[in-house]
Amino acid sequence: MSFELPKLPYSKNALEPYISEKTIEFHYGKHHQAYVTKVNNLSQGTPFENASLEEIIKKADGGVFNNGAQVWNHTFYFFQFNPDGCKEPKDELKKAIEAKFGSVEKFKEEFSNAATTLFGSGWAWLVKNEKGELEIVQTANAGNPLRDSKTPLLTCDVWEHAYYLDKQNARPKYIEDFWKIIDWKVISERYSK
Amino acid sequence: MAFELPKLGYDYNALEPHIDARTMEIHHSKHHGGYTTKLNNAVEGTDLEGKSIEEILKNVSSHSTAVRNNGGGYYNHNLYWQVIAPGGAKSPSGELLDAINESFGSLEKFREAFVQAALTRFGSGWAWLVLQNNKLAVSSTPNQDNPLMDVADVQGTPILGIDVWEHAYYLKYQNKRPDYVNAFWELINWDEAARRFKG
Ligand SMILES: [Fe+2]
Ligand SMILES: [Fe+2]
Repeated sequence: MSFELPKLPYSKNALEPYISEKTIEFHYGKHHQAYVTKVNNLSQGTPFENASLEEIIKKADGGVFNNGAQVWNHTFYFFQFNPDGCKEPKDELKKAIEAKFGSVEKFKEEFSNAATTLFGSGWAWLVKNEKGELEIVQTANAGNPLRDSKTPLLTCDVWEHAYYLDKQNARPKYIEDFWKIIDWKVISERYSK
Repeated sequence: MAFELPKLGYDYNALEPHIDARTMEIHHSKHHGGYTTKLNNAVEGTDLEGKSIEEILKNVSSHSTAVRNNGGGYYNHNLYWQVIAPGGAKSPSGELLDAINESFGSLEKFREAFVQAALTRFGSGWAWLVLQNNKLAVSSTPNQDNPLMDVADVQGTPILGIDVWEHAYYLKYQNKRPDYVNAFWELINWDEAARRFKG
């Protein structure tokens, strides 16, 4: 199967001033695209040639895993943003967050802390575990919680390429701005699926 | 005695056009500065206080993650600024060149192996030229690990090290890590490499 770079559901400057057009041009146009190209090339002639990204995430290793997982991760990341989206969690998801973390504010603090303290390149995630409970997890490099049978709901890319042009070493500022463009309607839909 | 962020000994713009002044300033003052501060915090009041960085890294598997990450970051950047310091020989000679020829076949073959290690390190990390039992080897390590650490796959004395964290090149090269790696090659101070090789 040949994967394709999905079209963004917004224009490249839509996330300004929080994420710049230039960052989207590189992050989506170059990095995300390169992961797509590489997984297509590397999976050829392997047992994963016709596999889905989810199968690759669950079973592959090396370059096929790294690039396949990064395609999935970046699509999941870019599609959760909308400058005019729902600004706060609502209904069932809000209740679940409050039950687990005490309040939405406390959840954001804990998630931000996970994103700030991940050392090196990787991702912070809000996931639903096999018992249906919410959890915050970190994964290194291309890691994805599906590998541990956890369902991703929200993710923050903390590879330096995600924020270096806009914020340089100030990762906490990037995370602060990250919250301003999350569309909680998308996260809710992922939660109730 | 606390660890200190070393002065560069050259200006932030001294490596232009290969590495721009803004990258140098942020990399040195913010990133390296951050590792230095956090390393000091991590060793303060422990029995590591007063030990040399080499001594600390040697047994890093028995220390905290904060010591591993920030101690590595402190040492690695110290080395990095020195091996790309302006001036010095533009190519290896003498015993170092002999050792490179012996270990890799030729300087060009070494270059290929080193570049390959730098390009294939997925995520953040470093690629190295390492002296191990009188032989040279190329390796790479994740994040801020290095060949002095007892957790490294290839252990020995680092002779050259290239930082391939995106912060080392993103402002100037963005996603084009190969261009940065080629630029680094042009900057190598082979006198410094020879000094480390002789120990
Ligand atoms: Fe990314
Ligand atoms: Fe660095």
